[in-house]
Amino acid sequence: MINEGSCSGEGEPAVIKTEAISKKFGRITAVDELDLDIEEGEIFGLLGPNGAGKTTLISMLCTIMKPTSGKAWVNGFDIVKQSSKVRKSIGIVFQQPSVDDLLTGRENLAMHNLLFGVPRGIRKQRIDEVLSLVDLEKRADDLVNTYSGGMRRRLELARGIMHHPKILFLDEPTLGLDPQTREHIWEYIQDLAEKECMTVMLTTHYMEEAEMLCDRVAIIDYGKIVALDSPHELKNRIVGDVVKIKQKHPDIEAMKHLEYVRKVEVKKGLVYLSIKDASQHLQDLLAHTGPIDFVEVRSGTLNDVFLHYTGREIREAGAEGGFMERAMKK
Amino acid sequence: MSEIMNELDGIYAVWLREAKIYVREKERLISSGFSPLLWIFGFGTGIGSSLGTVEGYPYQTFIYPGIVVMAVLFTSLFYGIYIIWDRKLDFLKEVLVAPVSRASVFAGKMLGGATDAMVQVIFLMIIGLFINIPLNPLIVIQAFLLLLLISIAMVSIGLVIGANLKSPEGFGLVINFVMWPMFFFSNALFTLENLPAWLTAITFINPLTYAVDAVRGVILGINHFPIYLDIAVMMIFSGIMMILGVLSFRRM
Repeated sequence: MINEGSCSGEGEPAVIKTEAISKKFGRITAVDELDLDIEEGEIFGLLGPNGAGKTTLISMLCTIMKPTSGKAWVNGFDIVKQSSKVRKSIGIVFQQPSVDDLLTGRENLAMHNLLFGVPRGIRKQRIDEVLSLVDLEKRADDLVNTYSGGMRRRLELARGIMHHPKILFLDEPTLGLDPQTREHIWEYIQDLAEKECMTVMLTTHYMEEAEMLCDRVAIIDYGKIVALDSPHELKNRIVGDVVKIKQKHPDIEAMKHLEYVRKVEVKKGLVYLSIKDASQHLQDLLAHTGPIDFVEVRSGTLNDVFLHYTGREIREAGAEGGFMERAMKK
Repeated sequence: MSEIMNELDGIYAVWLREAKIYVREKERLISSGFSPLLWIFGFGTGIGSSLGTVEGYPYQTFIYPGIVVMAVLFTSLFYGIYIIWDRKLDFLKEVLVAPVSRASVFAGKMLGGATDAMVQVIFLMIIGLFINIPLNPLIVIQAFLLLLLISIAMVSIGLVIGANLKSPEGFGLVINFVMWPMFFFSNALFTLENLPAWLTAITFINPLTYAVDAVRGVILGINHFPIYLDIAVMMIFSGIMMILGVLSFRRM
């Protein structure tokens, strides 16, 4: 099943490409003129708060929804004009579980084989392969309504890859799972992308997930991309390290003028500084600030990047809140 | 060729899922047998004891074909509600993103619903043997085919309504406006002779009238219309409903 061999996407045309793709629901713009180029073999993350437009974007690329304007190609096929060919090239794991409760795991997979045109001769073999990949062989003949949340997710993942799609879409693949199961699923996804030379596009609002898993991350908010790069680059280029200082009378202006300080913010009586490289500059910084009550240094996260661009934290920016705000603005 | 095989596999996959669920949800099986029994034994015996015979048959026997058609009508129409649940539970998404045409998805669902209804028909025919309905193998086969045609038409109506509505409550409301008029303004419970003109007019535009007429003709030999007219009306009606069904599924 597994094609050995490298999966260098260099020089290849984009596997997923969008041009100013937009989706409007009445007055609300869920996806706002997005441009994306995703290469073969890439694990690409869409990171953003609930309601940022991630699921809408994926739904359009999967041909479940039609864009209001703009264009997109998946595996070289137009998502509107060649939707059937797009569907043959992709696998999808939805945010909401969509395996059938009253069927067994194996029956769900058998149904998928029929629906996705897996040739008759290899159907049984494919089922056995994916079942072993997600460690569900022992429970394969039990009804899905006896499965735990993690098992269902694994079954969905197995189903999504069983017809060997070129591109796998994962909408919040680990939502509501315990940390251990989550790490397992990350491993599966990474393995698959590598061995099967599969391109993976996933949405998440877990920063850790984007950091651990993705080659590149697009941070999206209100349907727009606010930043796009590798997690490492995003963190280092934009944020670096974060130094938190507590001081009676901080001299903010002086801090701002230090060349290694990128940003200074005061929140709840604490000063937050984004610094290029804290290990190198901390001493110099403290020499400038004078006596302080308290200092804490940590590495920047994607959340800091999000904060940097939007002024909000990912967790603060809730779905309904965001949606309502947008509805009101227009 | 492989495209056609793909579509056939798709139809089979959707139908197989429906059939398995029908068998696994015991409530569906039990409830589908219950209400026709009430009609045959409760209504048929009760009214029949004060009515004597209709067209030479005891009333219970006279309404038997109408009750079988009714059972098919109710089960088939109500089957449309499962499409709403499937969508609510997100199960349908898997089918809707599959590289299979919506016509095939519709066909699979339609055959699934017809299967439910025909299981009930078999059950009612077995009951019929015990209450002296004149059934023989040829009659059973003819009636079965006619009822299958009726079921396909009625499941299609149910699926059209289900595909266009979002809530199960809404479905219940709308289906009542379809189901009861179709049932009462047909010849299921009475003959078409001696009706007031307005009722005659309504029964004549009700496709279910032709369905009951055909089934009653086959089982009891009482026909109001020529059988080919009955079949033609049902086929045209089924065709229209299937087209509407496929169109509704495309918009889903």
